Amino acid sequence: MSEFFMYIAELFAAPFFVRALIVGTLVSLCSSLLGVSLVLKRYSMIGTGLSNVSFGCVTVAVALNIAPLYISIPVVVASSFLLLRISDNSKIKGDSAIAMISSGAISIGVMAVYLTSGVTNDVCGYMFGSVFSLTQSDMVFSAALSVVVIIMFVIFYNRIFAVTFDENFARATGTNAGRYNAVIALLTASTIVVGMKMMGTLLISSLIIFPALTSMRLFKSFKIVVVCSGFLSVFCFFIGMALTVIFEAPAGASVVIAHIAFFLIFSAVSALKKIRKRSIEINE
Amino acid sequence: MRVVTILMSLINCKDVSLAYDGNIVLSDVNFQLNSGDYLCVVGENGSGKSTLIKGLLRLKSPVSGEIVFSDGLYSSHIGYMPQQSAAQRDFPATVFEVVLSGRLNSRRGKPFYSKSDRQEVSEKLYDVGMEGLKKHSYQELSGGQQQRVLLARALCATKKLILLDEPVSGLDPVVTSEMYSLIQEVNKKDGITVIMVSHDLNAIKYSTHILHLGNTQLFFGKTAEYVETPLGKRFIGENGNV
Repeated sequence: MSEFFMYIAELFAAPFFVRALIVGTLVSLCSSLLGVSLVLKRYSMIGTGLSNVSFGCVTVAVALNIAPLYISIPVVVASSFLLLRISDNSKIKGDSAIAMISSGAISIGVMAVYLTSGVTNDVCGYMFGSVFSLTQSDMVFSAALSVVVIIMFVIFYNRIFAVTFDENFARATGTNAGRYNAVIALLTASTIVVGMKMMGTLLISSLIIFPALTSMRLFKSFKIVVVCSGFLSVFCFFIGMALTVIFEAPAGASVVIAHIAFFLIFSAVSALKKIRKRSIEINE
Repeated sequence: MRVVTILMSLINCKDVSLAYDGNIVLSDVNFQLNSGDYLCVVGENGSGKSTLIKGLLRLKSPVSGEIVFSDGLYSSHIGYMPQQSAAQRDFPATVFEVVLSGRLNSRRGKPFYSKSDRQEVSEKLYDVGMEGLKKHSYQELSGGQQQRVLLARALCATKKLILLDEPVSGLDPVVTSEMYSLIQEVNKKDGITVIMVSHDLNAIKYSTHILHLGNTQLFFGKTAEYVETPLGKRFIGENGNV
């Protein structure tokens, strides 16, 4: 037993582990806060779409020998704006636009890999996430961006609620809905670029979708749903990390499995509540 | 001695035409409203009533003509009650949160609501008789209750003008007349200009002006004049039997 504690103590002394915990907590928080709005605006798939774009950027950057973030940040932000724009104009619907952009980006990425070296470790890391390979500068950058996203979210919270709940009303009564949709797009793009390094292309959208959907099983107030999503997301991240440390399970997948477990628990509680309510009504 | 006051009209629609995807659904609308007027917009389904509301709210720009706001009217002075809530079934929001979002346009740059905003929301909820349900989930309310909440939200947003799109559709007669007297009070007491789309004959008696649409402007003028016209008589005849 003491060996186990020694192991844990060693982990907490290791810089890579501490970095993973700090960035992981912040990214989990960002994605879950934004997730509530994105899920309700029917943009659940935007996480997958943008992270595929990010994957494409990384492969191209590796091929060109440029630091990946310099390409992926501007391109992902631009795609995020484009996706929201396309949906507004509604010639191409939101879901097909996302599907188009993400499959296109993956193809470009795969082509870039084929034309250069073949699958590299870096690319593999971006596909499946590598929470323990964050460098010191990665951590500083990710932490700073996450803190900015969280502060912006809090400042714009009331406006984000207004444009999410009823965009026409917000627009009609003098709120610049386009601007706040752009804020949501920008914050989402930032979160995904940072979160991808941790969770990988394949798992990032679960960080956006699960906390919101799980909270919505039980709570009926927007504010409570947002707060609960934040807590759940951080909590599930810690559970995932614990699974990784104890069983040496893959980090990204462990976090998602923790989310699935909570979703099932919340669904069950919600179903029980409904049954109880119905039986009370019948008795009355 | 006659005192001549030159009133700038609050809203001036000049030869306005509105279209969906290039198909004109409403053409040549011309009318002026002054502060404190109560306009009832009538017409059959598909006659362009809701489209006109969208135009007045600047959600849709006219293909020709123009809609001019004056007398210091900005969109942040407008309250709006949509036909149905655009929000989805599963949207988690309490009654209080929904109505509070009506206060957003008076916040200007400030990020958070103040105590007076919350006070205002409580008062408006009291006015529409929803004070007791303010912590309740909006989506779990009945249709009529949701409409009252949307009215409270519109009242919170209103400073000079309120637009209501079929505010009483699907409500029972008692609640309907409550709604009307609330709207009339806002018009009379606070001097807020009202534009209301309605099928309901009872709505007309509260109004000062009528705009009758049938994909174009069939009548605009004082309510007292409207009821004497053949068009007005027919409208009242058709709807009076219901």
